[in-house]
Amino acid sequence: METYLGEKQQASQWSPYINNGGSCLAVAGDDFAVIASDTRMSLGYSIKTRYSTKYLKITEKCSIVSSGMQADIFTLHKVLKSRAQIYEQKHGKPMSTDAVAKLVSRLLYYRRFFPYYTFNIVAGIDDEGVGCVFSYDAIGTLERVKYSASGSGSSLIEPVLDNQVALKNRNDIKKEDFKLTKEYAIDLVKDAITSAGERDIYTGDFVEISVIDINGTHEEKFELRFD
Amino acid sequence: MFTLGSVLDNELKSSVEDFSFETEFSTNQLMLPNIEKPFEFAQSIISLEKDLDENDNQPMFHQQKKEERKERALIKGSKGTTTLAFIYEKGTVVAVDSRATSGQYIASQSVQKVVPVNQYMLGTLAGGAADCQFFLGHLGRICNLYELRNNEKISVAAASKLLNNILYSYRNYGLSVGSMICGYDTRGPQLYYIDSDGSRLKNSLFSVGSGSPFAYGVLDAGYRWDLSKEDAIDLGRRAICAATFKDSYSGGTVKVYHIDENGWVKISDDDASELWYRYEEKEKKNK
Repeated sequence: METYLGEKQQASQWSPYINNGGSCLAVAGDDFAVIASDTRMSLGYSIKTRYSTKYLKITEKCSIVSSGMQADIFTLHKVLKSRAQIYEQKHGKPMSTDAVAKLVSRLLYYRRFFPYYTFNIVAGIDDEGVGCVFSYDAIGTLERVKYSASGSGSSLIEPVLDNQVALKNRNDIKKEDFKLTKEYAIDLVKDAITSAGERDIYTGDFVEISVIDINGTHEEKFELRFD
Repeated sequence: MFTLGSVLDNELKSSVEDFSFETEFSTNQLMLPNIEKPFEFAQSIISLEKDLDENDNQPMFHQQKKEERKERALIKGSKGTTTLAFIYEKGTVVAVDSRATSGQYIASQSVQKVVPVNQYMLGTLAGGAADCQFFLGHLGRICNLYELRNNEKISVAAASKLLNNILYSYRNYGLSVGSMICGYDTRGPQLYYIDSDGSRLKNSLFSVGSGSPFAYGVLDAGYRWDLSKEDAIDLGRRAICAATFKDSYSGGTVKVYHIDENGWVKISDDDASELWYRYEEKEKKNK
């Protein structure tokens, strides 16, 4: 097809990226962090598999969840796991959460001109025992936050967390009267990702949820809708 | 150049490199994909608002193709932000908003848009957040090395020149950096604007980002060299507040910093909407 300027319309270019969907979220409290992701892997209108893990435990105090392209998630987690091991063997102690956060940022930015199509969240306990969540974009912008959601259901989950964790736009409760307890956070995370599964076609099947505190990491799995 | 410096660099590299696979430390460069036209590919996957505004006067067909490219783009960045800095008699004032957008979605209302380079120099973030964060962090490392090697503090002019040269070598790769290097050195308060296109400009006041026209309006009207410290800080705060009010891509919180011979200090951190109502109240009282 030629335009009036005499140029040919280019055929759509092949892209190395695909989006396998999925949602992830994390919430940090005073001395704990909760991190969760669904396990559905989709391609277009089909479900490729109902269980494809997006979660990786890096150290006892730190974990990562990623959404986006499953191939890049797998590679990034593989590289991250081996780098964490190398660090532990070189320095005689496991990586601190801050170091992991910075490492993820550098690994992502190293691929600035051919990015990993992953949207990551790192959560854990920092050196002082305070819960922390780090959120990233695809090329490694690093930001420490109290909660974060990423993936296809992020725009459904993030407003819920804004309202329930940061108490934004609430007239019924004051910030001083509210304390985020571990039980409340776990229930909130479960409810948030379940609600995302109700309205987002790419979120569903199973959820892997893990709670990180000073005693270590406790992992759980529960079911979502299979439709 | 410094042979001593480069020998130490090599030693440092080889002690880190006990393993054979390529890492971000071993190559000293960012990874480029092994294809015919790596820069074109790199530019096509990330769409930044800046690129999309360029061809606004083009005929309809070109605009449609642009929309398609925007949809296909994997990462939607934005130069949506407002940052400003100005120098005056007693030092440098830096004020920024804290909103980050990805397309029309507000990705975060609490981004740190001011990155400390060292105790007496600050860099601001505009354009691609990851690019600015990485290169300003890298600048901090180089400045630290300079101080250790030369036993003197690096000047703002030299630091901005270092960053400028690095960014010039990455010209046309599709980076987006619109940063201001602000500091206080032996020559007094200094301010440089550094761009990913390779420009480096020196001036007494700058504002960068989509909200900059609104910030300039307030800034230019109230700026004088002999402002008092309180008035200067208030001017910076008001200018950002005005920009967040009118520009949808700016918002969140308004952060103000002050740099003088003792180093940089964070002055205030206010929610943008609350600040607006506070100023409105003040106006009413004055009337």
